[in-house]
Amino acid sequence: MKKEALKIETYCMVKNNRIVVDGHLVFEDQDAVGLKAFAKTAYRHLKPSYNKFFKMDEISKLAFVAAEFLLKDVNLEKYKSEELSVVLSNSESTMVTDKNHQQSISDKDNFFPSPSVFVYTLPNIMIGEISIRHNMKGDNAFFIVENFNADLIANHINNLFLTNKSSAFIGGWVNYSDDKYEAFLYLASESGSILHNASEIEKIFKINH
Amino acid sequence: MEELIEKLKVQLIEQLNLEDMEPEDIDADEPLFGTGLGLDSIDALELIVLLEKEYGIKIQNPKDGQKVFFSLRTMAEFIKENQK
Repeated sequence: MKKEALKIETYCMVKNNRIVVDGHLVFEDQDAVGLKAFAKTAYRHLKPSYNKFFKMDEISKLAFVAAEFLLKDVNLEKYKSEELSVVLSNSESTMVTDKNHQQSISDKDNFFPSPSVFVYTLPNIMIGEISIRHNMKGDNAFFIVENFNADLIANHINNLFLTNKSSAFIGGWVNYSDDKYEAFLYLASESGSILHNASEIEKIFKINH
Repeated sequence: MEELIEKLKVQLIEQLNLEDMEPEDIDADEPLFGTGLGLDSIDALELIVLLEKEYGIKIQNPKDGQKVFFSLRTMAEFIKENQK
């Protein structure tokens, strides 16, 4: 059967205490101070009943919340779990959590690294959290790049699609540094309406940025 | 003993980020892992760190962990027996 072109089905931007899905503001909490507080109120808004959320570090909470809003009205069950892939990127890796971990091991007389902090000192754990939550067992990759690079994400996802590795993909950018956070996720599949290529992704990213 | 158990409940909630839980929600005799509180392997490591950091107790034999961390009461008993 001839493949349809890959398209963007839906997208989500989380930034400045606002969550925008497909260009529409769906959640806002300007009273929340910092990412941790905002992610918590956004989580409670959707009431997903997933206690593991509270054990995640801040950037994984950001990725989790973005994926929750992105997939809120999407039926992924029509795909086999092996056909669902995640390709993400950022510039800061898990720097905030890395620093937290570093602080816990910097004093040899008070050397108590926290296992639950340490396990989040890799950015691809965000992919793990999303994959576990949404039963996505396909390919995955996390790229560290200076700025959001639509070319990189689009090419990687298109290659996976054209080589029949997967049928639906979450792609995007989830970044968190000491003073700011940003998540941009999209779902690409044959069902979308916007062509999945670098210029369209870049356009959506910039409009919502 | 009961005072120590109450203190452990608060420490457990804080250390393991059991966000929606209050101390009175935790039964001192219910299993911490599997059924009961449903803690996982990373939580087990956090409990080992908690014992060492807050009570100065190291678990020398990993096999003891299963017995020590069966419930909050067994943890409290272990602390009482081993605290200097």
